[in-house]
Amino acid sequence: MRLAASLAFAFAALIGTAAQAQETTVKIGVLTDMSSLYADATGPGSLVAAKMAVQDFNPAAHGLKVEVVSADHQNKPDVGSNIARQWFDVDHVDAIVDVPNSGVALAVSEVTREKNKVFLVSGAAISDLTGPKCSPNTIHWTYDTWMLANSTGKSVVKTGGDTWFFLTSDYAFGHALERDTTAVVVANGGRVVGSVSHPLNNQDFSSYLLQAQTSKAKIIGLANAGGDTINAIKQGAEFGITAGGQHFAGLLVFISDVEALGLKTAQGLVLTETFYWDMNDATRAWTKRWQTERKGKLPTMIQAGVYSAVLHYLKAVAALKSAADGKAVVAKMKEMPTDDPLFGKGMVRADGRKIHPAYLFQVKSPAESKYPGDDYILKATIPADQAFRPMKDDHCPLVTN
Amino acid sequence: MFEIFGIPSQALFAQLLLGLINGSFYALLSLGLAVIFGMLNIINFTHGAQYMMGAFVAYMLLQYLGVNYWAALVVVPVLVGLLGILIERLLLQHLRKLDHLYGLILTFGLALIIEGLFRNYYGSSGQPYQVPEALRGGRNLGFMYLPNYRAWVIAASLVVCFATWYLIERTRLGSYLRAATENPTLVRAFGINVPRMVTLTYGFGVALAALAGVMAAPIYNVSPQMGSDLIIVVFAVVVIGGMGSIMGAIVTGFMLGIVEGLTKVFFPEASNTVIFAIMIIVLLLRPAGLFGRAA
Amino acid sequence: MMERVVDPLLTQKRGEASLSFAIGFAALLGFFAVAPFVVYPVFLMQVLCFALFACAFNLLIGYVGLVSFGHALYFGWASYFCAYTAKAWGWPPEAALLTGTAAAAVLGIVAGGVAIRRQGIYFAMITLALAQMMYLVALRVKMTGGEDGIQAVPRGRLFGTFDLANDMTMYVVVVIVVLAAFLLIYRIINSPFGEVLKAIRENELRTVSLGYTTERYKLVAFVLSATLAGLAGSLKALVFQLASLTDVHWTMSGDVVLMTLLGGLGTVFGPLVGALCIVAMQNYLAPFGQWVLVIQGVIFVVCVLLFRRGIVGELAHYLRVKL
Repeated sequence: MRLAASLAFAFAALIGTAAQAQETTVKIGVLTDMSSLYADATGPGSLVAAKMAVQDFNPAAHGLKVEVVSADHQNKPDVGSNIARQWFDVDHVDAIVDVPNSGVALAVSEVTREKNKVFLVSGAAISDLTGPKCSPNTIHWTYDTWMLANSTGKSVVKTGGDTWFFLTSDYAFGHALERDTTAVVVANGGRVVGSVSHPLNNQDFSSYLLQAQTSKAKIIGLANAGGDTINAIKQGAEFGITAGGQHFAGLLVFISDVEALGLKTAQGLVLTETFYWDMNDATRAWTKRWQTERKGKLPTMIQAGVYSAVLHYLKAVAALKSAADGKAVVAKMKEMPTDDPLFGKGMVRADGRKIHPAYLFQVKSPAESKYPGDDYILKATIPADQAFRPMKDDHCPLVTN
Repeated sequence: MFEIFGIPSQALFAQLLLGLINGSFYALLSLGLAVIFGMLNIINFTHGAQYMMGAFVAYMLLQYLGVNYWAALVVVPVLVGLLGILIERLLLQHLRKLDHLYGLILTFGLALIIEGLFRNYYGSSGQPYQVPEALRGGRNLGFMYLPNYRAWVIAASLVVCFATWYLIERTRLGSYLRAATENPTLVRAFGINVPRMVTLTYGFGVALAALAGVMAAPIYNVSPQMGSDLIIVVFAVVVIGGMGSIMGAIVTGFMLGIVEGLTKVFFPEASNTVIFAIMIIVLLLRPAGLFGRAA
Repeated sequence: MMERVVDPLLTQKRGEASLSFAIGFAALLGFFAVAPFVVYPVFLMQVLCFALFACAFNLLIGYVGLVSFGHALYFGWASYFCAYTAKAWGWPPEAALLTGTAAAAVLGIVAGGVAIRRQGIYFAMITLALAQMMYLVALRVKMTGGEDGIQAVPRGRLFGTFDLANDMTMYVVVVIVVLAAFLLIYRIINSPFGEVLKAIRENELRTVSLGYTTERYKLVAFVLSATLAGLAGSLKALVFQLASLTDVHWTMSGDVVLMTLLGGLGTVFGPLVGALCIVAMQNYLAPFGQWVLVIQGVIFVVCVLLFRRGIVGELAHYLRVKL
């Protein structure tokens, strides 16, 4: 099977190169979670976003031919890195995009560095990707744990939530989020009274919630995401957490989670995102187009980030007329300022961090929501230059000369 | 409140109560496994998948047909039980003459098929299932806030376990079943349709698993892998309790749930491995299990 | 005990059996010599690692008659030890491999000591429960990296000279190690020790009555099987430069049962063929997501009901040859 496929491919490539000497072929791989706890926040919606970016870029006008492939990494680092390796070695993929799940993202970042390709992280959150684990082949696009901690964490502490108990997802992302938020809480005069780790994709939070209740902390910080956050909040309602005077702080909440919880349960939750579908006319128009493929869903910041990243990547490749050298393309992406209808004007820093403003939202109550999808009130805007960790605190080998 | 070994008694009782709830599921599931093994000498690896099907069918009935929780408690075990009977008739009965391990491998394969099919259709994150109206809310017990639904789980499983034990150990039908396990040829000579009994018993065991699934739906996420990690713990429970004994399965199930709860308080890192550690100790000291007859 | 695998139609004499083995082995060598130039070498290395894993498993199930449902324990934990020593302690690949294999051996002794006490289904369930317990330990313990696994494991330089970062060099090393282990297994099976194992599989009571301490033989076989599974796991950690929870999960234990069953229990080449089929299927069907699970389940069911001899077993039966 493999033999036939390889021979066929070689033959086709020979013919192909002869015929398309003029066009540069670019292949983009959307590696995401298609079926597990992050599937709604990323998954098929990310693939749609990537395809929209290719469409909007109009490759033919720039002398490019762009192909988009996708795969499900099932939240497993070995599956993710094997797919990445095979994509780079055998399938001639030039750039991998998305990858929710920080553990998988770290693994893919290494493979990408080894093969000198490009990795555009939209889904994963771990701030180490622009910190100790930064790479000249990786750009961290949409958000990260430092930004979330600095935004949500700080605002919660400032409004009186000064004792915290963490419910942490037991992998790279959860620990990073807990670490970054703890730093912010302590720096703003708060105290962390305890924490407990739970496995990824956990079903039953009862015993963890019990521990949180016993701790008597004012705030239960949810250092997890996706399905885990939804379950924790739902079961928290069952166990009378809020009735007992404690509040949940959803450190990473997507609009897909809010929709899944329903406004009745989620109202009042404070969260930080870098994109909201209802922000302005441009975002609304884009969302309408996106929804033709994803009916009944709302795009999350991750999916918007995939669109933005792919668009900028293609611009850089068109400028260089080649996608072959990953480092060169990333350098070009850092050189060119970014501009797209979803995030506005921005830039990519030397450490690989994409800069744009962050928004603090609060979930509306059912009464306040006037139409389906009207979920957020904008509480504050954090300008781009303050939203992300300053480069001097990165400990990124690319930056410290 | 007083303190035991530095842990406030509130936390202790609360975790014990949660442990009892987990124990209810262990007991129900190991009961089903024990019944099937006792009568058919088959390790039903599909048990976890059948538990999952119970939860999913309840979800689907609610979602597509508007069948509520209470009706589901009756309908779902029957439906899934019938499926179990089908499996037994079509597949398992061919293995009766073979080594028992083939039964284990076959049921393992079936579990993969079922889990894979559901995962394909529903993805691996969970489906929501609401707690029924009548059981919403909870009671403040002083040391913890106990949701009504979880109290119901404990009560219902105690009733079902006791009823099953009574059925098998104290009624005539049960005595036929037990006799058929020990000496099928002789029992057949008495005119009792042994193969049909075997089939029905398998169906009954599967129905028990499905019932546990329905009860789990409102509190645990209804997801395709909800059965697979649970089933291995239940295997350990059954090995500890002793494979032949119905009462052993029930008592061990509840007991181990409580032990797990205790471990969560005193030694949280070990809480999911404690049952396996106990299994090793029991095997070294009493190979037949706590209540088992020598295999 | 598993169904008799010794086919009454096999009237092949010892000398002829060695000949068929030699032919088979030569074919194998030929295949692996040519393959990397047409097929992706990393895929081949994956097949080889799993083939070794399946051969190690087959030693236990096919020749002693013990079904272990928790073999991922040795495979996965050896992989962790190898990865950890190579990455955190910077040990050269040969030392890391040895550490992983040794760790598997120790785990085999401990687990075997507990599990051998029971037979048949109980043995299977105990191995499963032990493996699950160690999976849960792997989830929590710092050394394994939990959900993230141990990443970016350096392949290093073998004996200080051969740079294993080169896929072809790594491939050659893997082929040599796996085929050597394969020959070792063949030697074990056809030795006096192996004869006792087969006797235990056929009729343990009679073997006891002949004066053999079967417990001891079973334990040795168990440890051998675990050790070789560990070697496979350690190799895999270096090939993929990653050790993760997948390697200790019960689905991995199930995979190896499937490979051996499909290939043919108690045959020499069966596990290799089974491993090739299953790894190829998993790779080829990866875009189809969870269908892989369903298909594997179907293969299990079909094999148990209709195809108990497995691919190589059926081939051997047809050719009247011992494979």
